Amino acid sequence: MKTLDFFVGHYAYWFVVALLVLGLYGMMVKRNLVKKLIGMTIFQVAVIIFYIASAVKREATIPIADKAIGTADASLYINPLQHTLMLTAIVVGVATAGVAYALLIIIFRRYNTLHEPELMEAMKREEEEDGDE
Amino acid sequence: MSDAPALPVLILLGTAILAPLVSLLLRRSARALAVAAVAAAASISAVNLVRVLGRGTLHTHMAGWPPPIGIEYVLDPLAAFVAAVINSIVLIVLVHARLSVDAEIPDRSRHVSFYALVLLMLCGFNGIVATGDFFNLYVWLEISSLSLYGLVAAGDRRSPVAAFRYLIMGTIGATFYLLGLGFLFVMTGSLNMADLAAILPHVWREPPVVVGLVLMVAGMSIKMALFPLHGWLPDAYTTAPSSASALIAPTGTKVGAYVLIRLLFFVFGAEFAARTLPVTSVIGWLAAAAVIYGSVMAMAQKELKRMLAFSSVAQVGYIGIGIGLASPLGLIGAVLHVLNHACMKALLFLVAGSFRLKLGHSRIDRFNAAVRRQMPWTTAAFAAGALSMVGVPPLAGFFSKWYLALGAVRASNWIFLAVILVSSLLNAVYFFRVLERLYMGKTGGPGKQEGPAGEAVEDGPRDGEAAASMLVPVLLLAAALLVIGLLNAVVVKQVIMKMIPQGMM
Amino acid sequence: MTQMTHAAGFSSLAPLLAVLISLAAVPLILASARRPNLREFWTLAASFLKFGLVFSLLPHVLAGREATVVLLEIAPGIRLALRADPFAVFFALVASGLWILTSFFSIGYVRGLDDKRQTRYFASFAVCLSATMGVAFASNLLTFIVFYEILTVATYPLVIHKETPVAIRAGRKYLAYTLTAGVFLVAATVVTYQAAGTLDFRAGGIPGLADVSGGTLRALFFLFMAGVGVKAAIMPLHGWLPTAMAAPTPVSALLHAVAVVKSGVFGVVRVVGFVFGPALMKGLGLNGVLAVFAAVSIIAASLIAFRQDNLKLRLAYSTVGHLSYIVLGSALLSTGALTGSVLHLAFHATLKITLFFCAGAIYVNLHRENISDLDGIGRVMPWTMGAFATAAIGLSGVPPLNGFVSKWWLGWGAVEAGNVLPLAVLALSGLLNAGYLLPIVRRAFLRPGKGLDGKGEASPFMVVPLILAAVVSLLFGLVPNLFFRFHDLARAVAAAILGGEGR
Repeated sequence: MKTLDFFVGHYAYWFVVALLVLGLYGMMVKRNLVKKLIGMTIFQVAVIIFYIASAVKREATIPIADKAIGTADASLYINPLQHTLMLTAIVVGVATAGVAYALLIIIFRRYNTLHEPELMEAMKREEEEDGDE
Repeated sequence: MSDAPALPVLILLGTAILAPLVSLLLRRSARALAVAAVAAAASISAVNLVRVLGRGTLHTHMAGWPPPIGIEYVLDPLAAFVAAVINSIVLIVLVHARLSVDAEIPDRSRHVSFYALVLLMLCGFNGIVATGDFFNLYVWLEISSLSLYGLVAAGDRRSPVAAFRYLIMGTIGATFYLLGLGFLFVMTGSLNMADLAAILPHVWREPPVVVGLVLMVAGMSIKMALFPLHGWLPDAYTTAPSSASALIAPTGTKVGAYVLIRLLFFVFGAEFAARTLPVTSVIGWLAAAAVIYGSVMAMAQKELKRMLAFSSVAQVGYIGIGIGLASPLGLIGAVLHVLNHACMKALLFLVAGSFRLKLGHSRIDRFNAAVRRQMPWTTAAFAAGALSMVGVPPLAGFFSKWYLALGAVRASNWIFLAVILVSSLLNAVYFFRVLERLYMGKTGGPGKQEGPAGEAVEDGPRDGEAAASMLVPVLLLAAALLVIGLLNAVVVKQVIMKMIPQGMM
Repeated sequence: MTQMTHAAGFSSLAPLLAVLISLAAVPLILASARRPNLREFWTLAASFLKFGLVFSLLPHVLAGREATVVLLEIAPGIRLALRADPFAVFFALVASGLWILTSFFSIGYVRGLDDKRQTRYFASFAVCLSATMGVAFASNLLTFIVFYEILTVATYPLVIHKETPVAIRAGRKYLAYTLTAGVFLVAATVVTYQAAGTLDFRAGGIPGLADVSGGTLRALFFLFMAGVGVKAAIMPLHGWLPTAMAAPTPVSALLHAVAVVKSGVFGVVRVVGFVFGPALMKGLGLNGVLAVFAAVSIIAASLIAFRQDNLKLRLAYSTVGHLSYIVLGSALLSTGALTGSVLHLAFHATLKITLFFCAGAIYVNLHRENISDLDGIGRVMPWTMGAFATAAIGLSGVPPLNGFVSKWWLGWGAVEAGNVLPLAVLALSGLLNAGYLLPIVRRAFLRPGKGLDGKGEASPFMVVPLILAAVVSLLFGLVPNLFFRFHDLARAVAAAILGGEGR
């Protein structure tokens, strides 16, 4: 029973782990810059889910005051703090994605490729030209 | 209760938003506004430092909510010191930046964005240093990081790629930090630094806490460019505009080190971070590797900025060794090196910027004695910076190595001692190589060489010594190195010793 | 624990001024680059003032009063401080006095060669002498290191002065050796501070060191010797010295016969007598090891000198040998040996500088560097070669020159220490010295010369200093206490070391 609970009971966290690994895989192994970026986004989302998952309580409802339940017993509402924190984190993620895509647009305009090996080649060629100046 | 800790942040943030708006009306005002705002921030942080040293820690409760419910801004001696250093250095660099930015970012309309990004970056740094809440720190961290990515991308053709790589690695780092913080939050229920320090002793042994600590340390190590997580640094510093390099090299990694120090020694405490779980040991050994790696790689570089970038990797290693020693002397060495390295690296990158402006390049193999003849003061200042990096007394660089060496001996860590001292020799190799060329390099004939199309290309500087706005900051920093060196005992006794947390004595 | 009457310290700015005076001259020298006579005036004025300041300390130190200056706290618990004890005043007198002679000589030399970088030369010289004063007066290890490293950096522009590929390589080798040595010295100092809690030089040894384990102390001693031994050219750390002969002769003369290498042996004696102390040295057997290295250096260097045809190289190896006289004396740790050791610091300086001055005059005048080309020049440059002969006799240890006096004391010290071997080494070395120096004199006077028609002596700027140096050597040989009470100072140093606080 313990083992079952370890896997099934914590399914959210296992999901988070899977997403983390997926995101890291995308960032490190994929050659296309956009795919790296997608990996990064998945990675960030994983952390967001982690926080949200940690806010959940058994048989609790969303943290909006309900007249029927009252506000005396906090254990009837899930923890809102993580949600507010993650609102901020989502915004940060969006901003980062914005900057990243802007960079990608510049890179594409200059080098006409978003494939990392080709990019490295083009940059190396540029460096050699610079060196001959 | 005082507003002082939050003031620099607010001023910088406000100006960052105002500057683009105002410059729609008054075309060239962005730079002036930026300098004014940074000057204000620098003065306020200097005043804060004096107040904190005299009367004790300053607190601000945002929106009046007391901690740990509300977000608190805390200025203790360490925070005040780091803030003062960063703001002052950025001010000095901004003065130099005027001509350098004009030259390296030809599109005038982008200058407004540049200065706005600088303000945002500094605002983020001040926020990181002043805040007393870990999540708030994450927000400021990302604000400053995004600005940094932008600043790096403003450079030459290859800079967007370097900026993108920096972005990916930096975001991994910040996300690790956030994940680690999540674990801590789950176990303690608090995000406030002081509160955590009180709660943690009860939950130290729990695996989530350990994992949380490790993740946060890993994340900040990426931001600090601690070997082997430094991969983003060389390209970023090299391809960024020289002014941007001069802005981020002295400050960015230091703020990362500050967070590590705060986390390890003030929140977790040396007792746990060094003795129960050998986190500081690992940092120390990686840092020692960083020192050797950075110095060796620097020796192989042909371009000045890239050489300085690898040198920065090595210098971050010194700070890491100080953290790794987890002792008062180690902390003194690390914090003093924050100050020393900020001055030295700012000086060296500013000189690189001056060279790029006046010579059109900063390639070491194209330096020759003509450079020194046309720019004697700039070259002399570079020599002072180089000697300080090597560790020739009485310049500042010698003394951070002195404290670190003393700390290493006291801990009977002979390998750290050897690393610290041998690296001075490695530094000497690559700096003296540059100095040799600057002072004695043979000029190819009477200054004329052939370009690729056979046209006559002057390989000497184009027109004289750097302008006053570029020369004065450089000379100021060089003089500062001597003054800080001679007066380092004052800095250590009056400022740094007050920072040492109880658990470490 | 025997308590010596501790020399009284009194506050005085003289040591500080002695250090700073030539630093103050540097901006003046740089500013007068276009007016050579004014520029040289600053150098000469600074050198006379410096010498005067040091000389003013002499009566005090002979009466047992040591001028002290505390500058500032350079690290918590350690101060940047100067103290004019007998050893300090002795070394400072030698260095500053010889700077005066070298400045005059330099003027003749660089003008005779129409050298390109004269301003840099004179400015660097001024900084070097400042640093040397700092080394001499340093009252603790950290102050010593600060000035020692400044000396290293300041001598570099002088070594590479000619900017030829040979000179540049010589400069690199010089820095490689000296910066590495500096690192060892810092390591040794850090360990000492940790072990003893203080870095102040104490006559007879720092008391706190006695409690440290023997193994650590032996390792510490070797760290120190690696640190100071490079400048002191103890074999096998001497490699930089012959290569550094690529520098102009006045540079070789002062720096490599007086300031830099003497700072090295000064450091050796400071470590032996004022950090470790006779008790620790003998107790751990360190003095024996040091003596062996010194003896080997003396003999080996003298033998290598034979094989050099380049005059300056021969003189360089001769210096290596004579420096180890001083090291040997300090290792013997008896009154006579220490007295002779300290005396030799001064007497070798005057003798060697004479020889280097002669070499420089010959080079400027006749553009000859090799001994095989020196046939017959004694007829056209009689004064120069006369001085050379005098100094050669002095270095061989023959009376009535000063070389004999220091050698006598060294020999006597060996007897006091109950060891005959050093005597043999000294005697053999004297013979070897004669063997590699006197034939030069013979060639100069007795063989017919080639291509010497119409040549005469070099410029008086060069000849007068070298004659003066030779005459001074003779005078010191006759009356060691002449002018400066060198003999009394040396005895005071020996007494301090042997009777000091260390057990």
